[in-house]
Amino acid sequence: MPINFDSAFGGHDKALLLLADRSAVLAKNLANSDTPNYKARDIDFKSVLQQLDGGAGPDNLPMTTSNPSQLNPGSDASNPPLLYRIPTQPSADGNTVESQIEQAKFSENAVRYKASYTFLSGSIKGLLTAIRGQ
Amino acid sequence: MALFDVFDIAGSAMNAQSVRLNLTSSNLANADSGSSSDATVYRAREPVFAAVMNDTMSGLKTGSVRVAGVTQSQAPTRREYSPQNPLADSQGYVHLPNVNVIEEMANMISASRSYQNNVQVLDTSKQLLLDTLNLGK
Repeated sequence: MPINFDSAFGGHDKALLLLADRSAVLAKNLANSDTPNYKARDIDFKSVLQQLDGGAGPDNLPMTTSNPSQLNPGSDASNPPLLYRIPTQPSADGNTVESQIEQAKFSENAVRYKASYTFLSGSIKGLLTAIRGQ
Repeated sequence: MALFDVFDIAGSAMNAQSVRLNLTSSNLANADSGSSSDATVYRAREPVFAAVMNDTMSGLKTGSVRVAGVTQSQAPTRREYSPQNPLADSQGYVHLPNVNVIEEMANMISASRSYQNNVQVLDTSKQLLLDTLNLGK
């Protein structure tokens, strides 16, 4: 039985890197909570992860190009597209960061990171057990 | 690894907020510093924050905060009639700063909350990185 790392890790290795990227994006939002005209950004975690999985479901039809010289936005999952957050209460100075929302997203991201990390750690331990055979 | 960027970003924000706290303390400390003319009287200072959009210019990470400058408040200064004061001008007025103490207190609380936010971000990222060191153990 050949061991395939992609299936053994269940995509959690990729998710971990993506979650680390996202935590940097959310940290930028929180850092700029008092900067005039700063627009809050985020990564659409779910859609990027689906792309990484390569699964084209009904919600995830990949955009194709008819000519190789055409740009293909969003096809590069290692460089996820940064979207702009729509503020619930826009402020007068043009800043769209809402600290409470960013904090909630940041801690959610941290929990997801811990979850992926735990699954990944479990898979690695399982593989080690298989290698040692004891 | 993107988590390491968080240290630079949150650090720059803490730096910016501490500049803001510094200016607030300077304003509060000088709230009653008199002067004999309108031109020399202390004026409330405030920082201007800007996001770093291009890290080749300043050496800071893109998305960090930098203090673009310090502005002086254009609000009218106060004048108080006290001819006995050695700082009084020829008409007996002492010029006092345009510091609004209530505004400064609110500013101080806002700065300290923002600082705390960034400390929390830093702490969470540090914990995640330390946990990641133990991957598979």
